[in-house]
Amino acid sequence: MNIHEYQAKALLAEYGVPIPIGNLAYSPEQATYRAIEIGGDSWLVKAQVHSGARGKAGGIKFCSKYDEVGKAADELLGAKLVTHQTGPEGKICYRLYVEAACNIERELYLAFVLDRARECITVIASVEGGMDIETLAEQRPESIFRFEVEPAVGLQTFQTREIAFALGLDKNQIRQMSQLLLGCYQAMTELDSSMLEINPLAVTKEGQLQALDAKMEFDDNALFRHPRVSELRDKSQEEVREMRAYDRGLSYVGLDGNIGCIINGAGLAMATMDMINYAGGAPANFLDIGGGASPERVVKAFQLVLSDESVEAILVNIFAGINRCDWIAEGVVLAMQKIDIKVPLIVRLSGTNVEKGRQVILDSGLPIILADSLFEAAEKSVNQCNKQTKIAKGES
Amino acid sequence: MSIHINEHTKILIQGFTGKIGTFHAQEMIQYGANVVGGVTPGKGGSTHLGLPVYNSMKDAVKHTGATASIIFVPPPFAADSIMEAADAGISFCVNITDGIPTLDMITVKRYMRRYKKNQRMVLTGPNCAGTISPGKSMMGIMPGHIYLPGNVGIIGRSGTLGYEAASQMKSLGIGVSTSVGIGGDVVNGSSFKDHLEFFEQDPNTHAVIIIGEIGGSQEVKAALWAKDNMTKPLVGYIAGLTAPKGKRMGHAGAIINTVGESAVEKVAALKACGVTVVPHPSAFGTTMQEVLNNMPPLTP
Repeated sequence: MNIHEYQAKALLAEYGVPIPIGNLAYSPEQATYRAIEIGGDSWLVKAQVHSGARGKAGGIKFCSKYDEVGKAADELLGAKLVTHQTGPEGKICYRLYVEAACNIERELYLAFVLDRARECITVIASVEGGMDIETLAEQRPESIFRFEVEPAVGLQTFQTREIAFALGLDKNQIRQMSQLLLGCYQAMTELDSSMLEINPLAVTKEGQLQALDAKMEFDDNALFRHPRVSELRDKSQEEVREMRAYDRGLSYVGLDGNIGCIINGAGLAMATMDMINYAGGAPANFLDIGGGASPERVVKAFQLVLSDESVEAILVNIFAGINRCDWIAEGVVLAMQKIDIKVPLIVRLSGTNVEKGRQVILDSGLPIILADSLFEAAEKSVNQCNKQTKIAKGES
Repeated sequence: MSIHINEHTKILIQGFTGKIGTFHAQEMIQYGANVVGGVTPGKGGSTHLGLPVYNSMKDAVKHTGATASIIFVPPPFAADSIMEAADAGISFCVNITDGIPTLDMITVKRYMRRYKKNQRMVLTGPNCAGTISPGKSMMGIMPGHIYLPGNVGIIGRSGTLGYEAASQMKSLGIGVSTSVGIGGDVVNGSSFKDHLEFFEQDPNTHAVIIIGEIGGSQEVKAALWAKDNMTKPLVGYIAGLTAPKGKRMGHAGAIINTVGESAVEKVAALKACGVTVVPHPSAFGTTMQEVLNNMPPLTP
């Protein structure tokens, strides 16, 4: 789960991480009022969307007059921000963060990540702040330092000194940096964060450290013990169908193709997408309906897949283990009867009671296309799509 | 022979009396697994499915002599159950639970480092379908009938994709010595490489297939190990060629975050290590058949 910059900053401030003074605004008037409240002579008006690289996309505006703040807010609210992370569809900005601008001496990069290979939290730091880490890894890999944290004892003060010295901080900033790093580590472990990034971390002309941007991601599996973090979810920033699926306990990811997929098991779902691709087609989605695929659940899955208008055929691929095929087949038949499915439906069943399952589908008299193997299912789906395209073009 | 479990392996069920634990314990017993009892704290002294229930793993191990356990405990308490099993001296543990926080698993892995490697419990999962030695024993939630007993080892992150591979092989008359599910989470109890080491030592396993997916780097590590250490043929498959970057594909661990985690990159790395790569997911059986046919005849 992702949260906004202002939310991450509020959380981190509680753990002693220094952040510039700032506040939220939902209207140009509010933004101007915030600037007056904050004081000083220059501010940043920052679009709150779930994406990095907002600056490049015009989502962060520097202002040195109150009316500029109002004008910036007017431009940003309701605007669609397109970055390389949001994809071409972009994300709409519904809230702004108005923040005091500070005098930057230099910018550093700092991140805490869950390191899969090492099975610990690793601190990544660089003297090259402001760039995204992928670019940095490509262009200046020698500027990146990595420090592994031993999970049994946590981040140690000597390590924080090592990081601070590696970043070339002077002796007056070492203590500040230690506190900041220990605070971040504590926030990450106490809140089950899976990624925490401060980029840039500024050293101001006054010699102070300031987190100019902050990003935090959370482990979905740990949200049960962090109701406060769950509350920070902003559904306006998430893909509509993915969100709807999430609320129904289904796992869905939208893709660019036209063959809708309904599959049990994440691995089999990915493999089915790959099979469609191999057969010359393109999957419209990833969808894992899980182990306990009751008929009602199958109906929900159909509704979800069909809500994508680009779907021209649906491929159902179920490997029944504990769930018998005949039970799954009943779900498919029920879905066909409940929902008006206008696209061709290809069903491939295997596993427990496969013959009974096929019989249920044949007996229903519904226009369902059965397939034996995964290859055959993918091929038939692709053929059906091609046929649909021909009909649409009047070539039939 | 098989690895990890056989018909003699004494098995305990953690979370025995719950709905899911009960259901799968029955399925396992029906398959022929030697289930000797279970643990549900607070229900010690009672019997369930005609078997004794204990309050703690230590008690259960002391009274039954069990060496293996399977965990059906909900996510908030599962990490604790794994450590309890390790502490009770269990040598092989399957954790089915889907949804354990990653930091909990990091704690578990760190805890298990207190045991010397040769005495350390082998943990499979979390978020896996379990392990089966066909015709001998089953510790998991898989449909046992889709596996033919035989000489191919299977290691996989995904449950249903592993079923797909096993049933394609069965339809061609190819059997399985042991199939190990290692699970779809970010941090696994054990890796492909860990189980390849067991299969390499098992005289009844003639070839091995690893079924991987996007995310992490353990498939490549296993292939690198196999290149230098394995005498048996290795077949591999990576799911998620069409998966977009940065999106979690169902499994907590199935996400491309960084360089080397995509299916394209992994397939290339596997091929470079001499692994025979299954070209598409409908070719598990035929690819394995070819590999077996090309093997020199075994010397008795």
